[in-house]
Amino acid sequence: MSAWDQFHLIGPVVVLFGGAGALLTWDLVQPRRAPVLALALLTLAAAFGYTLWHALTGSAGTAFDGAVVMDRFALFFAFLLIAVAAAVTVAATEFARRSDNAAEFYALLLVATGAMVLLTQANDLVSVFIALETTAIAQFVLAGIGRDARSSEAGLKYLLTGAVSAAVLLYGFALLFGLAGTTALPGIAAYVAAGHEETRLALILAFVLVAAGLGFKMATAPFHAWVPDVYQGAPTPVTSFLAVASKAAAFAVVLRVFYAGLGGGGTIISHDWSALFAVVAGVSMTFGNTAAILQTDVKRLLAYSSIAQAGNIAVGLAAVAAGSTIGPSGVLFFLGTYTAANLGVFIAVIAVSERIGSDEMRDYAGLLRRSPWLASILVLCLLSLTGIPPTAGFLAKLYIFNGAVQAGEPWLVWLVVVAVLNTAVSAFYYLRWARTIVLDEPLEGTSITAALPVQGLLTLAAAGVLFFGLVPAPLISAAQRAAEALQ
Amino acid sequence: MLTLFLLLPATGAALLAITRRADEARAKWIALIFSSLAFALSVLIFVRFDPDIAGYQFVDRFTWINTHQSGFTVQYALGVDGLSAPMVLLTGLLSLASVLVSWRVELRPREYYAWLLLLESAVGGVFMSLDLIQFFLFWELELLPMYLLISIWGTGRKEYSAMKFVLFTIVGSAFMLVGFLVLGLAGGSFDIAVLTAQPPQQALVPLSLVFWAVMAAFLVKLPVVPFHTWLPDAHTDAPTAVSVLLAGVLLKMGGYGILRIALPILPGEARDFRVLLAAIAAVSVVYGAILTLQQRDLKRLIAYSSVSHMGYVLLGVATMGAVGLSGAALQMFTHGTITGLLFITVGLIYDRTHTRQLPELSGLLHRLPVLGTVTIVAGLAALGLPGLSGFVAEITVFLGALDAHPAATITSVFGVVLAAGYILWALQRVFTGPPAARWAQLTDATAWWERTVMAGMVLAIVAVGVYPALLTTAVESGVAPIAAIVGAG
Repeated sequence: MSAWDQFHLIGPVVVLFGGAGALLTWDLVQPRRAPVLALALLTLAAAFGYTLWHALTGSAGTAFDGAVVMDRFALFFAFLLIAVAAAVTVAATEFARRSDNAAEFYALLLVATGAMVLLTQANDLVSVFIALETTAIAQFVLAGIGRDARSSEAGLKYLLTGAVSAAVLLYGFALLFGLAGTTALPGIAAYVAAGHEETRLALILAFVLVAAGLGFKMATAPFHAWVPDVYQGAPTPVTSFLAVASKAAAFAVVLRVFYAGLGGGGTIISHDWSALFAVVAGVSMTFGNTAAILQTDVKRLLAYSSIAQAGNIAVGLAAVAAGSTIGPSGVLFFLGTYTAANLGVFIAVIAVSERIGSDEMRDYAGLLRRSPWLASILVLCLLSLTGIPPTAGFLAKLYIFNGAVQAGEPWLVWLVVVAVLNTAVSAFYYLRWARTIVLDEPLEGTSITAALPVQGLLTLAAAGVLFFGLVPAPLISAAQRAAEALQ
Repeated sequence: MLTLFLLLPATGAALLAITRRADEARAKWIALIFSSLAFALSVLIFVRFDPDIAGYQFVDRFTWINTHQSGFTVQYALGVDGLSAPMVLLTGLLSLASVLVSWRVELRPREYYAWLLLLESAVGGVFMSLDLIQFFLFWELELLPMYLLISIWGTGRKEYSAMKFVLFTIVGSAFMLVGFLVLGLAGGSFDIAVLTAQPPQQALVPLSLVFWAVMAAFLVKLPVVPFHTWLPDAHTDAPTAVSVLLAGVLLKMGGYGILRIALPILPGEARDFRVLLAAIAAVSVVYGAILTLQQRDLKRLIAYSSVSHMGYVLLGVATMGAVGLSGAALQMFTHGTITGLLFITVGLIYDRTHTRQLPELSGLLHRLPVLGTVTIVAGLAALGLPGLSGFVAEITVFLGALDAHPAATITSVFGVVLAAGYILWALQRVFTGPPAARWAQLTDATAWWERTVMAGMVLAIVAVGVYPALLTTAVESGVAPIAAIVGAG
């Protein structure tokens, strides 16, 4: 395979990194006069086009001695991540205009996106780690880019916890390498499938460490401590990127490492990692939802709710581990719909905080009358996060929970009981927010209008939430083909 | 045809959503047109329904969700049998009635009618679903309209009541969902007909747990003591039309779910627990009636009487025999019309007097002859006067239950005595006695919409009371297969 062919397989990543470089260079030559927004969007469009090209030509294969792989699984996430980055780019226009380092902001966003796409393609522990750290470093800076005390605190907290988790992850990787004698995921899969009983405990330890390191990225309990402060302190566009893109990429790599590396059910440790994720899921959901009830700041509320939602996805991971055939596609379907709904909520929150300069829930009172379109979409996306029909969130939860029951393990039924009761708890705070928007008297009568592109984004998110709630077939079949690529 | 019944109100709601705010006066006419069409269609469905044909009729079916691997196939499947056809008719009738009694709603009418119509679609969907997941979807779909209707257009502690309603329902249905998923795995399908034909013999968790998980949602919805506390709050604070729908059709979702899903799919467990169910029923009947006796608010009084009356439904269910099950199904229909009418008249009286406190009301029959007479008719029907529909249903339940559960039946008969007590007492307080000067200015129900809705409801009550076969032929054909399954052991 020629060098060109190898780079072709990671083409979208190259485009994103290249775009970031070009953006910074232009800004260096002509400070503050570079068309940074246009350049960022152009880069994302090019990367999207490249991904589309891969999808249409059915590209598949490995490159760089098996370090990266191009398959439908990677394509699924490439589309998702680039779309999220584009949405955040547009939604952050006003934030970037006020900021004196807009170029750095967009460049870092592109770097982080590129690294995430690479992460979903990584097929080797080394490339996983490199992509993960590139993502993380870009995001540390992004979290601290606001330059106020809170943003700096957020950046520092994120950096410190990130460093610890990277160390833990690396330790797990080292153990895996020591056991399997290779860093390639297929090699590790072969080792696990061979069923070396004598090293079972070491293998479990290795995977617990890996799960802990990645748990930080997924924002599952008990590795969630950074989430509320970082989500609240970071500039809202950055928060939305962390909550949507970073989380999706984290689950992608977890699926790749655990599912491709360990196979579904039937290996010597599949019960152990199923139990591991079941506990993580139960704790994340219960803790996240309980804490979210108490929040009055919407960004903190979203932070805790995102911990709870990560718990929902972890239910899917536990099902995957237990050998549920529809488990993997359930996780992908959930991530797809969660992205649309969560993005819709965050874009609305960005638009509101740009206008009224507050993230307090009481300032959302009567938003429906101040900004009917934006408020309706925000409420719709909140309903989707709760899981109320006919939104896509309803089907997503149903898909994951059904996947867990279909795994055929009695104790997963109890996990689903915990999960559905948590849904009831989450309904309480999501609906309370929705109620504030719809029912309460507005504090001020002035109307709030979002910029036209932002309204377009919101409409797209709402359309996605409704469309996939009523006609889920296209997304389900995409998720299934992506999941099948892992087997 | 059944899809059309769901689409009509939904289309009306969509049309209302895009109506300009300036045209709000038109909102009620749009709602009236679409709910009338839906009612006409429900009548057509009921009339065209042939009780001699076994199985579901007018079936609309396609695969909605399918995965390459097995395990997650959800159908869009609608159909009616003798059990659901009356429920669909009831939904059509009461939805139209609720639009009519809302004729004077001034606050955000566009949204109000849109949610009301959406509620009709959701409830209709519950009664026609032939797939467990689809059933659950419609079951949950009803939450949001109810929440908003109570919390925006209600009175009193409306937001508290609305949230209480939502949380009770959602916790109950959470268990139901897990039960459905386990059943789906055990039976290899979510299709109700498939599961009914071959009830699962074993599942991941003991079937008795599955039974109670599924029943949790239904018992909360019905509601039975001790899960009834959401009902009086929701009723008292809801606007009239919503009370009508809540008592008239939403509670029936619980009874319908038991008959359609819990009994035929888990017959063994249902039989095992029938004594417990009968005991719960008897407690609900008597305790509900005792609570009713203590109420001073007219609307709360009717709300508590619903708890008592829905206890008869559960008692009929607990017999697991054809007669008792027919009685339960009849009771659902008749309670829907009777209590619906009571809420309508109480709402209309409240519109005039602005109080529902029994001690303040007196001698209203002099001022409100029409309203008063209609309320008295409905009240007498509620206490089971022969010739009116309540009698038919209750006597059928008792006939069916006497052999199966003598103790519970005899206890429940006291509920009838108490019902006579609280209804006659309330009617006497409100309508007879010296006409208070304070109410001298009241005007009777004269508006066309008031008279139409009352006439229609009285007609339904009297027709079933005088000629029960109108309903019983259909109902018996619907419960016969269920009784055959559940009574076999």
